[in-house]
Amino acid sequence: MIEFRDVTKKYPDGTVAVDELNLTVEAGTITVFVGPSGCGKTTSLRMVNRMIDPSAGEVLIDGEDVRKSDPALLRRGIGYVIQQAGLFPHRTVLDNVATVPLLSGWTKAKARTRAAELLETVGLPAEMGKRFPAQLSGGQQQRVGVARALAADPPILLMDEPFSAVDPVVREGLQDELLRLQGELDKTIVFVTHDIDEAVRLGEKVAVFRQGGVLAQYDAPAEILARPADDFVSDFVGRDRGYRGLSFVDNEGLPIGQVDTVLVGGAHSPSQQWTLVLVDGDKPRGWLAPGSTVDGEWTTADALAGGSLYTRGTPLRGALDAALSSPAGLGVVVDDAGAYAGVVTAEEVLKVIESRRETAE
Amino acid sequence: MFGDIGTYLSSPGNRDLVLQQLLEHIYLSLLPLVLGLLVAIPLGWTATRFRWLRGLLLGGANILYTIPSLALFVILPAIIGTGITSPVNVIVALTLYTATLLVRPVVDALEAVPQHVVAAAVAMGYRPLARFFAVELPLAVPVLAAGARVASVSNISLVSVGALVGIGGLGLLFTKGFEIDYLPPIIIGILLTLILALIVDLLIVLLRNMLTRWQRVGAHVGGGS
Repeated sequence: MIEFRDVTKKYPDGTVAVDELNLTVEAGTITVFVGPSGCGKTTSLRMVNRMIDPSAGEVLIDGEDVRKSDPALLRRGIGYVIQQAGLFPHRTVLDNVATVPLLSGWTKAKARTRAAELLETVGLPAEMGKRFPAQLSGGQQQRVGVARALAADPPILLMDEPFSAVDPVVREGLQDELLRLQGELDKTIVFVTHDIDEAVRLGEKVAVFRQGGVLAQYDAPAEILARPADDFVSDFVGRDRGYRGLSFVDNEGLPIGQVDTVLVGGAHSPSQQWTLVLVDGDKPRGWLAPGSTVDGEWTTADALAGGSLYTRGTPLRGALDAALSSPAGLGVVVDDAGAYAGVVTAEEVLKVIESRRETAE
Repeated sequence: MFGDIGTYLSSPGNRDLVLQQLLEHIYLSLLPLVLGLLVAIPLGWTATRFRWLRGLLLGGANILYTIPSLALFVILPAIIGTGITSPVNVIVALTLYTATLLVRPVVDALEAVPQHVVAAAVAMGYRPLARFFAVELPLAVPVLAAGARVASVSNISLVSVGALVGIGGLGLLFTKGFEIDYLPPIIIGILLTLILALIVDLLIVLLRNMLTRWQRVGAHVGGGS
């Protein structure tokens, strides 16, 4: 557990980076600090491992004031993942990961064995250990950064905008990976980002900071989207917050319908309905418009591209998106294996939302 | 011409003289290179850690470097109490030149280490001194090597000036040649100075390459995430 008690950071020029911060990060959770630049989120993070000391107040880890610890020893016990990974360019990937164990006095052999294990944990092949950071892609470097932070198995992990420098697709992969890792490792993670989408995706609790280092709201992400504490928070979470809030609404009561399907290469008699094209037996591939005809044996090229897929049992946001992005207006529902399970319409999703509102009242 | 050089070198006494002056030249130019580097690194490090010292050190270094070498060779004995022909004068003077020449590259190199790399080293739990040797200094090697190449050439040429105040080195061959108005020792002196400078330069490049293998790996063979 990490506690900030009346923590203020004021610089000699009078700038207040953090203003009277009071906040408790529960052990074993991911807590996200989010806010615009200059809001004190990184400063607050760095006060946990004493890279910055507060001007007033105290930061406690498990009840102990961090200022009672030797900074270097304290830091070796806290994992840190920095923006752009911050890997040491002159050391191989394996030696980068082995940094903290070696500093803590492990033998070289033991530290390297541990480092090799961690590469596997973060999903990198062992032979990558021999490379230098410059030979890796941005996403791979970031994974190495995470492995390096985990090397000494610290109970706390501090992550300072770790995924901000990689492209959106890779970022999403890294976020999923972090959630998977956290499922296995159960660390106390403090994650800093300026991206509200990333914050609500990763955080069990989200702390929204505003300029001047003031904590504007500290709550579960669904609460922040549904009930922003003030105008700043509602502006910051943005116009789409109603839609994003659906990420936290379960799909109970959502009816799933069926449509005609056809296998690629199979016979298709013209239909007055939208028909879903399947490949490999049961995987959705696209749509055939009502009344469309094809001469002879037809291929996937004849089908209209499908929309996003909604995995059965996940929150409503995916269901609504699937329905809205489908040319047929029918969102394709798949099971966990990606096989066709049915369809939903936007209307049905909205009905579920409406009925929830009624029961809540 | 080449016949004259052959005649000159055919005398065992002359050969011994040339060899001895060459060894002395190597000693007088390379010891200050190493010493100067050892002085410049902590000075540069101090300049990056204490901003107010930066201007003072870099400005001071520039001024020192403008003192003519011959003047320094003559003044130094009075300051440090050595004899006018003592080789210590040359060593101290060239160490000063090397240090002043290298302070700026050291400062530049240390400041060029990316902030996120330094911050990562701090966050990993390196203490300042260990961090300097483990992270900042190795990353400064390319710039340091460039500075050392300039300093080595400068030293090798400046040692010759020492002969004017009676200190050994290949410069002695020049003064001797002038005294007796005889060209061969002068030409041998010039050639050996040149060859020495080239070999030392090559050695520095080889040492740099050994220490910076990480810089010459092909970037981005990774791909994917």
